Amino acid sequence: MVLPDKATADGLVQAAHLAEVRGRSLWADARIRFFRNKAAVGALIVLTLVAIFAFFGGFIAQYERDFVDFALMGANQTQGVPSIETGHYFGTDSSGRDLYARTVQGTRISLLVGIVGAGVAVIVGTLYGAVAGYFGGRIDSIMMRTVDVLMSIPFMFVLILMLVIFGRSILMLFIGIGLISWLDMARIARGQTLTIKNKEFVEAAVATGVAPMMIILRHIVPNLLGIVIVYATLLVPGMIITESFISFLGLGVQEPNTSLGALISAGASQMQYGVIWQLLFPLFFFIITLFAFFFVGDGLRDALDPKDR
Amino acid sequence: MTEPILSVSDLSVIFDIRPQGAWPWTKSLKLHAVSGVGFDLAPGECLGVVGESGSGKSTLARAIVGTIPSTGGKIIFNGTDLASMSPRDRRHHRRDVQMVFQDPLAALNPRMPVGDIIAEPLVTHYPDLPRKEVKSRVSEMMERVGLLPNLINRYPHEFSGGQCQRIGIARALVMQPKLLICDEPVSALDVSVQAQVINLLADLRRDMGLSMIFIAHDLSVVKHISDRIVVMYLGRLMETAKSRTLCTRPEHPYTQALIASVPIPDPVMEHARERPILEGELPSPLNPPSGCVFRTRCPKAQPSCADAQPPAEELGDGHRVACPFHAPAQVLAPV
Repeated sequence: MVLPDKATADGLVQAAHLAEVRGRSLWADARIRFFRNKAAVGALIVLTLVAIFAFFGGFIAQYERDFVDFALMGANQTQGVPSIETGHYFGTDSSGRDLYARTVQGTRISLLVGIVGAGVAVIVGTLYGAVAGYFGGRIDSIMMRTVDVLMSIPFMFVLILMLVIFGRSILMLFIGIGLISWLDMARIARGQTLTIKNKEFVEAAVATGVAPMMIILRHIVPNLLGIVIVYATLLVPGMIITESFISFLGLGVQEPNTSLGALISAGASQMQYGVIWQLLFPLFFFIITLFAFFFVGDGLRDALDPKDR
Repeated sequence: MTEPILSVSDLSVIFDIRPQGAWPWTKSLKLHAVSGVGFDLAPGECLGVVGESGSGKSTLARAIVGTIPSTGGKIIFNGTDLASMSPRDRRHHRRDVQMVFQDPLAALNPRMPVGDIIAEPLVTHYPDLPRKEVKSRVSEMMERVGLLPNLINRYPHEFSGGQCQRIGIARALVMQPKLLICDEPVSALDVSVQAQVINLLADLRRDMGLSMIFIAHDLSVVKHISDRIVVMYLGRLMETAKSRTLCTRPEHPYTQALIASVPIPDPVMEHARERPILEGELPSPLNPPSGCVFRTRCPKAQPSCADAQPPAEELGDGHRVACPFHAPAQVLAPV
């Protein structure tokens, strides 16, 4: 703002010192746009409810997830029906275990797998891609060819091998999914970095004498985050599906732990015996979680789209 | 004459251009963006650099600031040669040479509040400075460039182009540099704001005793603020002179054409004047003409011009012309 004359200027300056104006960052703008999107907000609420269910649903479960109700053995179809009275809200599975407690636990594992996978992708992939893109030249070539090589390995095969060799455990699953999830992210981050690093504000930082790593962290990564976040929310369902597939094959989480994929697999094998709820309850949570993530991702993309700014 | 604060001699910047789809072993093409440029800058002096688009003005600025490595020549700043320093050593010398950029909004990180943007040089070079001190210096600087200090938490997209340029100037000056390089600081602004920003720069230069290199393709803007002007064409210096001399008695045919191209805000005079209009386009810097690079478009070109690059001829009072057929011409210049 241009100050008109000395007296007014002094008055303005004094007023100015009194009240600091809070700026509205691009993040704040994006948040406002996001909350204007009904579908995305609805999906976010659903996601929150699913998360509450997954992490606190266990408190209202009447049975332990590995408690076998022998009273129901052989009478699953008639007595294992979902009901409030028996305490089996979602009924029982084929071994007479409480499906509610198992679904809570399965949802938790699936969410964790998705979030851990996406988290690794965001942290490792973004930094890797930003470093490769910023330094360019030979460093870039080496780093990105490494990604290409890793990508050309059929990862499902490697994951299955890992689970077979090192044993089936949640940790192994996390490691396996984390190992591959960052590859795509690294490529996306690098591509974006190439456009950002030629902007004048990066040059201004170089001219000021800011160290290269600091430029990446302070100037490049914050400008990457919009795209990275959108991609991460769309990555979560992918991770959940991968885990479910592995569990469906029977290689994922080990009993008595379970995951949505394992529950769906078990339910599907029982569906012709009139216990369709064993399939429907896990499937319901699986589908609404995936849908919610997709809608939130869409909403974020619209909110963070730079062309809309 | 006092010791120059900046002395550039025989500076050249060559870019390697890889042809599209070339084999790895094919030689890359050499683009001579700047070649054989030399000038001195006295403390407190303002040097204007003019030339059409693609003449290497910005590359020259970036080579002096150090964001583009120079290929040859010397950049002696305060007695040390910046061109021969390693990037790491050079980073510590950055605080004395700062730059103001052409596109005011693009030069500011959209995700940072302006207070942080202006504070960045301070935080970088004096990491131990307490935050209160940083903030007070930033507020002081904002007032000085005509911004209200309570806007410290605002983001760049909330400001107009002129205000963004003021933020850029504040960032450049917060370290109290000795040399400020302005790369077309006003060409992205509208005319009324241009005047404000130029006057601001002129005031700051006087108050802080800054030396300045002011780049523009608009001669009338450069003339207003500079003590001396150098004219560039295809990466080479054509003419150097005091700004009054250059605008009233240009010697080089290119300078004459450049000045003649500035419109006069008087339709009668504008209509009456004779102007040598340049034909054609700037030749490709990948394949510059032999000898004098201007000969392909020069109205006075002789066959001998193709032989060798004409040396700079000293005409006295710092007036140097790189043309053997130079002659003073009375050009009607806008006042």
